[in-house]
This record gives sequence, C-alpha cells and structure tokens, in this order.
Amino acid sequence: MPKFLIWIAALAALIALPHGLSFSQQEILVFLTINVLLVASYRLLTLTGEWSLGHVVIMGVGAYSSALLTKKLGVYVPISMLLGGVIAALIAVLLSFPLFRMKGFYFLIGSFAAGEIIRLLWKRFRDPFGGAKGIKGIDPMPDFSVGFYQFDFFEPTSYYYFAGIIVAVCLWILWRIEKSPVGLTFHAVHWQDKLAQASGVNVRAYRTLAFAIASGFAGISGALLAHYIGTINPNAFDIDLMVYVLTWAIVGGTATFYGPILGCVVLTVINEIVLRELGLEQMRPLIYGAIMILSILFLPNGLESIVQKFTKRRAAEGAPERRPAE
Amino acid sequence: MTDFLEVKDLTMQFGGLTAVDSLSFKVAHGSIHGLIGPNGAGKTTTFNMISGFYKPTEGQVLLRGEDISGLQMHEVARRGVVRTFQHSTLFAELTVLENALVGTHMPFRPNIFAAIIGWDSEDRSGAEARAKEALEFFGLDHVMQERAGDLSHGHQRALGMAVAYASHPDVILLDEPFTGMNPEETRQMMDLMERLKADGITILIVEHDMQAIMGLCDTITCMSFGKFLAEGGPQEIRNHPAVIEAYLGGARHVA
Ligand SMILES: Nc1ncnc2c1ncn2[C@@H]1O[C@H](COP(=O)(O)OP(=O)(O)OP(=O)(O)O)[C@@H](O)[C@H]1O
Ligand SMILES: [Mg+2]
Repeated sequence: MPKFLIWIAALAALIALPHGLSFSQQEILVFLTINVLLVASYRLLTLTGEWSLGHVVIMGVGAYSSALLTKKLGVYVPISMLLGGVIAALIAVLLSFPLFRMKGFYFLIGSFAAGEIIRLLWKRFRDPFGGAKGIKGIDPMPDFSVGFYQFDFFEPTSYYYFAGIIVAVCLWILWRIEKSPVGLTFHAVHWQDKLAQASGVNVRAYRTLAFAIASGFAGISGALLAHYIGTINPNAFDIDLMVYVLTWAIVGGTATFYGPILGCVVLTVINEIVLRELGLEQMRPLIYGAIMILSILFLPNGLESIVQKFTKRRAAEGAPERRPAE
Repeated sequence: MTDFLEVKDLTMQFGGLTAVDSLSFKVAHGSIHGLIGPNGAGKTTTFNMISGFYKPTEGQVLLRGEDISGLQMHEVARRGVVRTFQHSTLFAELTVLENALVGTHMPFRPNIFAAIIGWDSEDRSGAEARAKEALEFFGLDHVMQERAGDLSHGHQRALGMAVAYASHPDVILLDEPFTGMNPEETRQMMDLMERLKADGITILIVEHDMQAIMGLCDTITCMSFGKFLAEGGPQEIRNHPAVIEAYLGGARHVA
C-alpha cells in the first residue's frame, strides 16, 4: 500500500524536522503547529457558509481560560487545555444567540464586534484577566517521560512533539466530522438552507454546532499557545492575527480539508524563512496583502486547486474512478 | 377517508397585498389533491404557509387535528409534511447521491459522537440504501455520482422529489413538479405519483399542466386572486363556470 507508506514517510519527516532547524526556527515550528489547528478549525465554521472575524478572540478565550484554570484553581495543565476548549465552545454557544440572527456580511461584522467586546472585557477587568498587560507566568506543561523520550518543555522540540500529537488528534476528529453525515449536513446548510430545512434539518442548531466545534478547537489551540509562551494579553488576539488566518484560508482554498492547512504552512514558510532571511519582516502585512490579492486574481481556488490537479490526473490515469478520493 | 390535512381561513398579507385571502380546504388521507389557479393566485404562498416557510397572517393549518401553523419548516417536516420547491432548489454543488442522503436526515438522524468514533456504520449504510432506493424510484440511479447542478431540468425536478421521498413523508407538497419535463417524462412521473399514492402517501400538488392535473387528482381546489373559487373532482372542475372564467378572464395560462 503506497498510501500507507506515504503516511509513514510524512510522519518520520515531521519527527525528524526540528533536528534540522535552529532554535528560533524550532520555536516557529511550534507556532506553526498551533496555527494549523487554528486554521483547520476555522474551516469547519466556513463549511456552513459563515465567515467569522471573531475566531482568534475565541482562541484567546481558550488561552485565558486554561491559564486562569491553572493559576487560580490549580488544574493540571493538559486537562486545563481541554477545559479551555470546552469553555471556548460554550462561549460560542452563548454568542450564537445574537450572532445567528445575522447572516453573511452582517454576521462577519457582528462576529468582529463580539470579539472586540470580549477583548475589552479582558482589558477592563484586571481581576482576573490582568488588564491590558494580560496574564504572566502561566504554568508550563509539566515535564514527563515516556520511557524512550524525555519531554522537557523548555525545549521547543519537546513542545512541538507534544502539540503535534494534540493537533493531530484534533485534526483527525475534525476530519471525521467533516466526512460524516454531520459534515454533509453542514454542506447542505451552506448550499441551500431552505431545502435542508424542508428535509427536517434544524438549520439553526447545525450552524450553532459548527460554530461551537470550531470554537472549541480554536480554544485548544489558544491553550496550547498560552502554556508555551507563558504570557498572554488582549493584543495577542487582535485583528492582525485574524487577518492572517483569513489569508491562510483564502490562499490555501477552503474547498478541501487540507487547503487552509496548506495555506498556513506555505505562507509561514515564506514569511519566516524567506522574509526573515531577506530582512523584509517589517513588510509582512504588505507582502501578505499582496499575496492575498495575487492569489484571488490568479489562483481563485487556492493552492489546493494545484494539488487537486495533480491528484486528479493521477487518479484518472490509475483507475477509471469518477470521483478521485480527496 | 378522513380529514388529514386541513387549511382553515388561511390568510397571508405582504404589506398591503393580500396574497392568500381566508382560504380553506381539506385534504383527505391517501389522496392526490390538486391546487390550481392562474399565475399569482397564491398557490406557492399557500404551500409556504403549510410547510412553515411563512407564518400565516391569520388562519390555521391542521395536521391530524394539530395546529402546525407558525411552526418552523423543519418542525413541520418532522411531522411528516415535506415539500419541493417551484424553482429547482437543490444542493447544486453536491452529487445526486449526496442530495438524496440529505433527504434521509430525518429517518437516519446523524449523531456526531457516533460519527467520530465510527459507531454509526449501520445508520450510514441504512441512509445510503434509502437514498439509493429513492433515486431508483425516480429513475436517477444512473446519474448518482453527477453534480446535481449539472443535471437536465427534468432530472433536477425528479431529484427534488427524490430528496423529499427519501425522508419517508406522510404528505408531499409538490410545487409544479412537471415543469421542464417532456410529455413522455411527465407521463412517467404521473405513474410514479400513482405508486406513491398506493404506498399511502398523501400528495398535494400545484401544477399548470391541466392534462396531468385532471389525470392524477382525486380532488381539485381552484383558487384565484388568493381566494377559494371552486372544489371538486376533475370532471366538475373542468366544467365549472367560475374556473373557466378565471382562466379565460385575463389570465395567461389557459386550461
Ligand atoms: N415574499 C413575497 N413578498 C411580496 N409579495 C409576494 C411574496 N410572495 C408572493 N407574493 C405575491 O403574492 C401573490 C401570489 O404569489 P404566489 O407565488 O403564491 O402565486 P402562485 O399561485 O404560486 O403563482 P405561479 O403560478 O406563477 O407560481 C403574487 O401577487 C406575488 O407577487
Ligand atoms: Mg407558484
């Protein structure tokens, strides 16, 4: 089974990857891993046709929740991360009541406003959120050993492996959801909510479900971030990062599961390796903007459309299958 | 035959326009009931109120004696009343099979936790079997993997009915199901309607093709300018002076 071998090879490459990198590149790799989960969770929301501008703030909800749970209540770190995701999902359910009275453009603006309100609350209430300075000294993930490998979380490599496992599990769950009848219903709600409703689908409930799941996984990504950098503040979750998430999703394409992930990885590599080496880091917003415009003009279906071209051709040459496996 | 679905003094106003004006009629269980009238008579609006897409300004929709007016569309659907749309409304980006699978949402309600773990394989295969059965019934099994948006107009109409049929409805509301079909296809569809009726499904149908309506329906209700005009069997309606008047007097469609 060549497909199986490809997966093994990819896994081996991912395990070996940090050993070929410098310390700062290893750190970037950790952020990249976390951002992959962020953007993949964002895609689940876009399945129902809604584009939110509050996703990064929801990520922050997970970060704050997990940080506070460990700091104030002494919850054990990996469990606090899970709870951070649960709290982010619950906040999303609450937000869905006002937000899902809106659709399309209004939802976009509404989600932005909701996010800004949450950030304002973080700034306003110094207890417990720490005000504009945020929370410092967040408990790191405690070190542990699994026999053949000693996790030492001062090392980015260790955290990369740890986050990688969590992200992989989360991606697997997201993928299972998308390929399930629930995922099909999300698509149905997106393409023709009237017909979906006439088929007995509670459209409102499904939109809320997608929003809650996406937010839950965004929350976990936020918690992973918080316990890695040890300090969070409201500005870490501002609109800048949201624009990056949108850029990753648009440049990668949102028609497939891997599209946004591809966008995130490719743009991060361009940004961190190429731009940093060239000393053009300061121009990141400009260059991201240019890439976004260029990709909308010349690659309207995203990077994924290039991949699809190749896999389609391969499938066509192989078996006379009408629908190539995605 | 008992009163199964009853529309009582149903009224719908859009601003100053009264699209449906205290309309009442009864649909007997297991019958094929036609709703006809010139363009703009308010037939689609009536369907929209029965199916829960609009909340009536006044009046009631009674299903087995229960007032279902004002319920949401999915709540009405879950009570067994499923509709199709006048303009081919499909999941154009999804395949024909996926369209039908959405139709099985009610009998095979998805469960997200079971789906993640993989404990829903029985439901999935059940849903697939039902979807394929519905497609086969409407003669669409050979285009199962095609994009719904790429189908011919007639096939799109048939798919709309297959999606509705896949949900095991008690009542199907069909809004002009034969538009875009040639006479041969229309005849085949009429046979299928008869088979649905034989299965015990109640059909309420809006259609401008008078030959089809007259051939199919047990009872026909005719409306004009939102108001009830006449009711009876095909023979009665065909010869009813008020109906002839409504169709000839200033209407575009002539029976
Ligand atoms: N959403 C709406 N807002 C305002 N007016 C409407 C609306 N829907 C329908 N109408 C008006 O109500 C009247 C009845 O329309 P309806 O679509 O129910 O007629 P119909 O009998 O289905 O006609 P057709 O045979 O052409 O499909 C028309 O005058 C139409 O313009
Ligand atoms: Mg109509």
